[in-house]
Amino acid sequence: MDQSANSTLLSVNNIEVIYDHVILVLKGVSLGVPEGQIVALLGANGAGKTTTLKAVSNLLSAERGEVTKGSIEFRGTRVDRLTPAELVRRGVIQVMEGRHCFEHLTVEENLLTGAFTRKASRTEIRRDLELVYSYFPRLKERRASLAGYTSGGEQQMTAIGRALMARPSMILLDEPSMGLAPQLVEEIFGIVKNLNEKEHVSFLLAEQNVLMALRCADYGYILENGRVMMDGTASDLAGNEDVKEFYLGLSKAGRKSFRDVKHYRRRKRWLA
Amino acid sequence: MTFFFEVLIGGLLAGVMYSLVALGFVLIYKASGVFNFAQGAMVFFAALTFISIVERGMNFWLAIAVTLAVMIALGFAIERVVLRPLVNQPQITLFMATIGLAYFVEGLAQGLWGAQVHAIELPIRDVPFTVAGVNVSQFDLFISGTAAVLVIALALFFNYTGIGRALRAVADDHQAALSIGIPLERIWGIVWAVAGFVALVAGLLWGSRTGVQFALTFTALKALPVLILGGFDSIAGAIVGGLIVGAAEKLAEVYIGSSLGLNIGTGIENWFPYALAILFLLVRPEGLFGEKRIERV
Ligand SMILES: Nc1ncnc2c1ncn2[C@@H]1O[C@H](COP(=O)(O)OP(=O)(O)O)[C@@H](O)[C@H]1O
Ligand SMILES: [Mg+2]
Repeated sequence: MDQSANSTLLSVNNIEVIYDHVILVLKGVSLGVPEGQIVALLGANGAGKTTTLKAVSNLLSAERGEVTKGSIEFRGTRVDRLTPAELVRRGVIQVMEGRHCFEHLTVEENLLTGAFTRKASRTEIRRDLELVYSYFPRLKERRASLAGYTSGGEQQMTAIGRALMARPSMILLDEPSMGLAPQLVEEIFGIVKNLNEKEHVSFLLAEQNVLMALRCADYGYILENGRVMMDGTASDLAGNEDVKEFYLGLSKAGRKSFRDVKHYRRRKRWLA
Repeated sequence: MTFFFEVLIGGLLAGVMYSLVALGFVLIYKASGVFNFAQGAMVFFAALTFISIVERGMNFWLAIAVTLAVMIALGFAIERVVLRPLVNQPQITLFMATIGLAYFVEGLAQGLWGAQVHAIELPIRDVPFTVAGVNVSQFDLFISGTAAVLVIALALFFNYTGIGRALRAVADDHQAALSIGIPLERIWGIVWAVAGFVALVAGLLWGSRTGVQFALTFTALKALPVLILGGFDSIAGAIVGGLIVGAAEKLAEVYIGSSLGLNIGTGIENWFPYALAILFLLVRPEGLFGEKRIERV
């Protein structure tokens, strides 16, 4: 094993995902998340970001999806056959797209459900709850409200806080910016960065909001039509002319596809 | 007026019995979205198992413990063998499966213990006593007390334990519960076991009122109007719905029945709750206490 493999927390190796036995959605996706980093998974709607995250967290089977090729390793051991509960116990948890708070539970009850898999004492749980509140002071104010009656931003915070209560080493965060006002998105990405630096949680962050995601992330992958079309450090990607043109909306021509650009076709970095 | 109150109180207390059966439905429906047609069969199974082992000489309390263990095991087994393989199937498939299950559980009960009618003797005397001139049945009062204790216990369980919280989480959003590591199958197993426990309580009380016989399985059908009135996913609704159905059918029997010139006992109470439920469906289909989906923009 080489040096870099030791610090790789998660590696996804050339996976293929099929829904309903026939719909091929991921066509050989490979990516890696080094310990302690924020890695962004970028791409337009329908590119396969959610599918990739669910393949890792093993939530695909509930949607009749299946990983048919490739492998997924966490801390060097294969995890593709583990149940979601087992993965959470090992430190990988997903925050689903659209937040999915428990609407009829209070904000605090939502947070507490996150600790379900842990065998922790009451005082320990209490301490972690206060920790979550220290990152999301707004949740403390709203602790007794039903989650269904809180704002979109508060629900996103609740969903992230709930995941934190599992004491994960890695969070798979799916489109936290969705439907939120720009300054709220900024606030949430700031907290993500903070959690990454202070609590040492690594993130795999799926986003359509490429600009915001690249500001927060260390490294990024661009997914298109079930394939990784490009990857690089966040600053390289942000400075890349094609990324600027296609994803950051900095061109007059409107958004095109990477597929139109020959030299990016079918990059298979991990097979090389 | 005294007569009116007697009928009303008698009806309310009898309604508690319906509430108990409805409660079993609500638990399973809330947690897994399955309408468990077999709840009535489970009530019958519990009552028959209990009385059969008592008649074979077992101590009353020990028999309750043994039957409880059997019902919990049955609950887990049903989840494991019948429902787990059907996860992600359409609701109607699950409903059909529970119809099949109802026949299986009935058959199993009678196969094990035979089909004759038994009487359950609970250690309470059924002597009516009088409060402010109104006759109240001691037995009915005991039933209400039991139901109240059961509901309080369930409420504490749901609101103040980790498992209870997880149960409500699963009821709210399966996917999200799965994503944070709540094992759905274990939770569903627990729900079925709790429903088995509720069936035992209902079975003992119904059995001592009407005798343990096959007709017990039809008490499940009386729970249907209760559920429509109260809402399929509300414990409070099951209680209040039961009370309304109990009171309404007795009052209808006595007052509407007699004004139509029918003799008491011609069975208006057999159809009146359904008529009430249908009226209710037109006005408030989610029931009195049913959870409305929280809509936010
Ligand atoms: N449960 C499903 N069954 C069939 N196809 C699906 C399912 N979920 C997603 N897809 C398809 O897979 C593709 C990728 O979807 P998704 O992973 O949700 O993309 P993204 O998260 O990047 O928007 C889309 O074309 C979508 O239609
Ligand atoms: Mg998505």
